[in-house]
Amino acid sequence: MTELGFLKKENLVEFLKELATKSVVYVPVADDDVVAFKLFQENSTICLDRPANIPPKTVIFPQYETLLTFTFSKKEEQPDKIDVKIQEKMDFKDTVIFAARPCDAKGFTVYDRVYKDSDIPDPYYVGKREKTVIIGFSCPNVSPGCFCTAVGSTPSDKEGSDILMTEVSGGFVLEPVTEKGKAVIQSKFIEDGSKYLEEAQKKQEDVKNKVKNPFKKAGKPQISQEKFNDDSFWELALSKCLSCGACTFLCPTCYCFNITDENKIWEAERLRSWDACMFPHFTLEASGHNPRPTKFHRFKNRVGHKFLYYPEKYNGVLACCGCGRCIRYCPVSVDISKVVDELSDTNSENKTLTSNGGEA
Amino acid sequence: MSVDKLKDAVKQILNEVDIVIGYTEGFDKVHATPLFINTQDKVDQLIWDQRCVHNLASYLPSLKRKKVGVIVKGCDSRTIVQYIQEGLINRENVKIIGLPCSGVISLKKLLKAVDFANIDDITFEDNGNVNVKTEKETKTLSLMDIAPDKCKTCQYPTPLIYDILIGDPIKSDKPKESVYEDIIEFDKKSLEEKLAYWQKVFDRCIRCYACRNACPMCVCQDSCIAESREPHWISQRATLTEKFMFHLIHTVHLAGRCVECGECERACPMGIPVNTLKRKINLEMKELFDYVPGVNPDDKPPMYTFNVDELKIKEHKIG
Repeated sequence: MTELGFLKKENLVEFLKELATKSVVYVPVADDDVVAFKLFQENSTICLDRPANIPPKTVIFPQYETLLTFTFSKKEEQPDKIDVKIQEKMDFKDTVIFAARPCDAKGFTVYDRVYKDSDIPDPYYVGKREKTVIIGFSCPNVSPGCFCTAVGSTPSDKEGSDILMTEVSGGFVLEPVTEKGKAVIQSKFIEDGSKYLEEAQKKQEDVKNKVKNPFKKAGKPQISQEKFNDDSFWELALSKCLSCGACTFLCPTCYCFNITDENKIWEAERLRSWDACMFPHFTLEASGHNPRPTKFHRFKNRVGHKFLYYPEKYNGVLACCGCGRCIRYCPVSVDISKVVDELSDTNSENKTLTSNGGEA
Repeated sequence: MSVDKLKDAVKQILNEVDIVIGYTEGFDKVHATPLFINTQDKVDQLIWDQRCVHNLASYLPSLKRKKVGVIVKGCDSRTIVQYIQEGLINRENVKIIGLPCSGVISLKKLLKAVDFANIDDITFEDNGNVNVKTEKETKTLSLMDIAPDKCKTCQYPTPLIYDILIGDPIKSDKPKESVYEDIIEFDKKSLEEKLAYWQKVFDRCIRCYACRNACPMCVCQDSCIAESREPHWISQRATLTEKFMFHLIHTVHLAGRCVECGECERACPMGIPVNTLKRKINLEMKELFDYVPGVNPDDKPPMYTFNVDELKIKEHKIG
């Protein structure tokens, strides 16, 4: 698929307005210097020059969603019997995520293996995922703490995007990646972009070369099981951790959730909401026992999930896309890349990284 | 103050305690990060400059059973004073290294000042100038322009409590009345304006609880009302109602206890000015009880005492 499109900068808002007539459109909006994906409005202050504080995972995997509603009723003649009516909430709209950074778009592929391409697909996730078009935006610059090239990606990675957009002088080059993406650029605002290809590629290459690799050893980060199992390592490395949920909630690949039934008298909702392995309640058992009693155990799980357990299950693919948010926004600058580097297996050669973060 | 004096002091203290908490280089040039020193060879990683923003005293209650050395700035020392008032630490188990401080940076303000460009280097001059080298330009900023609000009205540049003081004490040159000027100004807005403001900023809250976990005075820890699942006080919905509920509980729990270190606000990844609410309550406490938290170890926090007749609360007079 090589039909390159070009969108003039001055047509950006018009193009988005056109998209918004057919779909719900989310764009990165800056408000009080905080960037988050919000519903597009004509006067939205779209921010493309730095990544959003919080990735657009909120669109497909929102902080909370209603899965079902319950309604209870009683008949006067049978007061000992309560009827329950259950209604599922499966109303999914056509949606566009505009200008997701490649790391954020790639994050959805980490979710897909768990929620979409598994034996028991999650209908809520799949429903939204299939109706969403992701317009990726090739990073115009690197950001503090980001390390995508060290985990098999690049700042112009197409995986997860339906279109990849690259800023060039005067506008944006749009490269369709999927059929879904191809359909979106059938617009009167999109011109032929083939003459801008070279400029776009050069820009992508320049940014790629600026990404820092925090790992001392080349190739796929390989964690030593022996070091990983040494609790004294975690205790010292994580002494400063506050055990808040900022790293997990801002992570484009963290997908853990909680399910609660929230009752009123005659009606109730079954909610799914974000949960985080950094919270003590996450593993608190009914008996009162907590198998991960301290912040060291909890962070150990976070690293283990991303760099050991997930790859073990999914052909060696890492569950980290190197966006750097957990490092950038950690109140005490806990650096996951440094922790992984310190856990590195020094006895064996690292395997070669493939573009999906897996092994060759 | 040279960092060598600090290192010498830490080396000495390390013979008496299990851990010393200080600062070291973070993941880039503008970030420092807390450093837990348990062996002499780590002492050389210590740094001390305007990037040392964290309130390291916050770690003390969780290390209550250990002997701990801690490096504190003036503002951070109020946390220790408040801990002593509330019995949250054993004073004899803590060695306090005090560092007089004339201001630190606010990362959020610094990034805004350089238009969110990547910062390659930062240096600090004694005259308060901050030289920032970004990929686009080299800029000289004034520390007070990029300092957290607390530094601009700082009354306690020298720690109020310490075992060792490194460097010469600094006297505050900021007027006392300036401390709550911004709160008084904010309060002049109409109720509707204030509600609209808080609705707008709290809409961003993601309930990650970084503010709570960074707060030195949030001591409920794993039993916080915001997360308890049995009973489930606050819904898992992330609507404004739940967000307000959590933040107002946090605020009320800190009435007359908040030492105004600003860690809650600094920790927030979504840029919510959560400290404003706590300082507003503190202003009320000051007016009602003439009490300033974290200043005198012998004080009793007003919410720890009960008087049938509070001097300034007329409506509480019973017949």
